[in-house]
Amino acid sequence: MIQHTHYQLIVVGGGPAGMAAALAAWDEGLTRILVVERDFMLGGILNQCIHTGFGIEYFEEVLTGPEYAWRFVSMVHDTDIEVLTDTMVLSVSEDKTVHLAGKKAGFLVLTADSVVMATGCRERARGALGIAGTRPAGVITAGTAQRYVNIEGYMPGTRFVIIGSGDVGLIMARRMTLEGAKVLCVVEILPRPGGLLRNVVQCLYDFEIPLLLSHTVTDIRGRERVEEVIVSQVDGNRNAIPGTEQSFSCDTVLLSAGLIPENELLNAAGIGIESSKIQTSAPGIFVCGNALQVHDIVDNVTLEAQRAGIEAANFVGCL
Amino acid sequence: MFDVAIIGAGIVGAATAYELSRYNLNVVVLERENDVALGATKANSAVIHAGYDPSPGTLMAKLDVKSVAITKELCAKLDVPHKQCGAMVLALSDEEVEIVEFLYNQALENGVKDTHILSKEEVLHLEPNVSRDVAAALHAPTAMIVDPWEYTLALAETAMRNGVEIRFETEVTGITSTERGYKITVNAAETVETRILINAAGLYADDIHNMVAKPDFTISPAKGEYWLLDKSEGARVSCVLFQCPSKAGKGVLVTPTVHGNLLVGPGNIPAMDKDDVSTTADELKYVRDTAKKSVPEIDFSAVIRSFSGNRAQTEHSDFIIREAAPGFIDLAGIKSPGLSSAPAIAKMAATMISDCGVELQEKESFIDSRRRIRFNTLSPEQKAALIESDPLYGRVICRCETVTEGEIRDALLSPIPPRSVDAVKRRTNAGMGRCQGGFCGPRVLEILAKHYGIDRVDVLQDRAGTFVLTSKTKEFATTTTDKVSF
Ligand SMILES: Cc1cc2nc3c(=O)[nH]c(=O)nc-3n(C[C@H](O)[C@H](O)[C@H](O)COP(=O)(O)OP(=O)(O)OC[C@H]3O[C@@H](n4cnc5c(N)ncnc54)[C@H](O)[C@@H]3O)c2cc1C
Ligand SMILES: Cc1cc2nc3c(=O)[nH]c(=O)nc-3n(C[C@H](O)[C@H](O)[C@H](O)COP(=O)(O)OP(=O)(O)OC[C@H]3O[C@@H](n4cnc5c(N)ncnc54)[C@H](O)[C@@H]3O)c2cc1C
Repeated sequence: MIQHTHYQLIVVGGGPAGMAAALAAWDEGLTRILVVERDFMLGGILNQCIHTGFGIEYFEEVLTGPEYAWRFVSMVHDTDIEVLTDTMVLSVSEDKTVHLAGKKAGFLVLTADSVVMATGCRERARGALGIAGTRPAGVITAGTAQRYVNIEGYMPGTRFVIIGSGDVGLIMARRMTLEGAKVLCVVEILPRPGGLLRNVVQCLYDFEIPLLLSHTVTDIRGRERVEEVIVSQVDGNRNAIPGTEQSFSCDTVLLSAGLIPENELLNAAGIGIESSKIQTSAPGIFVCGNALQVHDIVDNVTLEAQRAGIEAANFVGCL
Repeated sequence: MFDVAIIGAGIVGAATAYELSRYNLNVVVLERENDVALGATKANSAVIHAGYDPSPGTLMAKLDVKSVAITKELCAKLDVPHKQCGAMVLALSDEEVEIVEFLYNQALENGVKDTHILSKEEVLHLEPNVSRDVAAALHAPTAMIVDPWEYTLALAETAMRNGVEIRFETEVTGITSTERGYKITVNAAETVETRILINAAGLYADDIHNMVAKPDFTISPAKGEYWLLDKSEGARVSCVLFQCPSKAGKGVLVTPTVHGNLLVGPGNIPAMDKDDVSTTADELKYVRDTAKKSVPEIDFSAVIRSFSGNRAQTEHSDFIIREAAPGFIDLAGIKSPGLSSAPAIAKMAATMISDCGVELQEKESFIDSRRRIRFNTLSPEQKAALIESDPLYGRVICRCETVTEGEIRDALLSPIPPRSVDAVKRRTNAGMGRCQGGFCGPRVLEILAKHYGIDRVDVLQDRAGTFVLTSKTKEFATTTTDKVSF
């Protein structure tokens, strides 16, 4: 249970951004810090990223996502930073009153001198892409699939078409192949891949998975599960070119077509964010990590969040 | 032997079951899907029409107008999200003003209350985002929006609390008449016997009719496609905005939903078959372009879903409500305004049953209320007290809509428990928000697996056969116990 009803800093979200911000503020001398995390453990999205490639810049080592996360988790444990997991922040107001709810924590109203929002991002779902067709089971976002496979231990399909060549999609193409599934192709509407080049090489080329650039999915068919996907080439205006349709018979469509910063709490409070600025329109409220801008590399998330932690500490120091 | 068997658990079947559950009757509902409201009732505009639209003298006009007040009262009693936000029919050119005047007179003839014609300035004052092209509008303040799933569910649940039996995954495959009524074959296997048989089979009402009586109508499904937008667009309009009706129907509307989203649609094209609810790029584009004529500024980058539903169009312009054979009642061709008219259709069905010689004797104790907990609508004090009384309300499962595990548990313990991830969504809103179940999907799936004591690969997304997962991963398959993360 938590110790106080007023904190110098409340950090919303316990992913790499939230932890780095809290630790930086601690190093700057803040002593009453609370990190609130909705999930059952700290670590954020990294917990499901069991592949390697994390920490190359920050630790000059090649780590898996959970390894990278756990370095920060143990640093947090070595401080008196308080952590509430399985607890969701329901609202944050301009005067830095924070409402939260948890099964064990109950409903709490806390106040703070400063707040750091590190709530991560969400994936674009099928609806946002406006793909026509039927609405069967078997259309799933890459991050959700990754959670099923890497955390829950379940496969969401056997034959995949992947829409979008973002990093999550590329990583999942390899992951599904290693699990014995067949990835028929990765379809990218732009003339270039969305993810990091190293992921294109290591996740697609090494496994002979075709990458169809300047292509899009124009129809999804199937009543219960996905049965067929129609892929078409697009012109310079991203419109499908008639006559270029190819059919793929598959049971799953994996979407990796964009991540959107998750800023609903700030929006609900009428607090504005200026592009890539850590300081929000509300004095003492900061935002960092994927909640501010989607980062490809977690090392950059850590660095940005440390700046947010320092700014929060400075703000509190000036009070 | 049942007194009454109802085929179909859409809004019409559910409203009829609810109405009949007032009486000492032995009633069964036979539904082939695994939940209520999976037919036309699932995908429509969710508008309770005021009643200016149908031609005077039709059943549609009579039953719709009669239903508006009843629907409002039902929604309040049975805790169904609804809002009497009113509707406008926009004249987007000077020529269309005539149509608006025609509708105004039709409203008077149909007995619709409080309608009037608004000037351009009045429209723009009430709805500042409407196109400057607007010349005038019919305003019908009695029109409402509802949550069609919860409406159907609330009626069906209440019917069950009052003794009605509902059998899911029970498809009627044959009917023979007997001396005392009808013998219904279900799933080509078992039989159910009843005195009175009610055909509320929606798009399949012609097939059911033809099992009993001479074929005299055919249902040609007419597809309507929609865009659903995020709550960030929900305040774009405050009432239901129609364009002037044409031969193709009521046209594309722009409306808020009871959950605060913006709904845009429907189009109108023939469906390939009754189950064809696929969306098509061309029609969705048409819907978008047409809607922009009413409200030019709609931000379609905020779309979270597109979907479509089929209208039960027949060669008759009106609903087909009649005793088609002795003791066999058609509630057929219930196209729009079917959702609006359901309570009055049900009352009419009850009268017809009584006319068949079945005595309608009111029950002494008719349960006529329903309440459920909606965490995100509570005040901070109420939230605190609720979590104090039951910590499961403290665990938020769906972060976009703030739905708690306590609410999902409540649904699982209700008379019609959800059998699928989407059924949980329809009951609690978990997964309805902007991420469309990306975060909460796996957790809802896990809760369902645990509740029913089944493996996660056996959990359904929606109707039968819609499995979410295909197998365990290699590593997990070799371990014996199911991982439980909470
Ligand atoms: C599939 C994938 C592969 C990647 N691969 C690499 C890679 O190879 N190398 C690399 O360097 N980077 C990689 N990244 C990027 C990196 O992992 C992310 O940029 C980083 O995790 C973002 O950190 P964050 O803390 O901003 O967000 P997150 O990790 O998403 O953390 C946000 C946290 O906030 C919590 N939260 C949200 N809302 C609330 C609330 N209201 N109340 C309480 N808690 C809340 C969430 O539960 C979550 O734990 C990858 C990312 C993904 C998704
Ligand atoms: C695009 C669109 C927009 C609409 N907008 C509105 C609106 O805004 N306002 C309004 O008032 N109305 C509207 N409507 C009309 C309204 O949706 C319908 O009138 C209403 O839902 C019909 O309900 P129902 O119960 O008759 O049919 P359904 O909801 O289709 O229910 C029929 C049920 O019967 C079951 N069934 C079928 N065959 C069998 C069998 N053999 N055995 C067992 N069960 C069977 C089906 O599974 C189904 O559950 C709209 C319709 C559409 C398509």
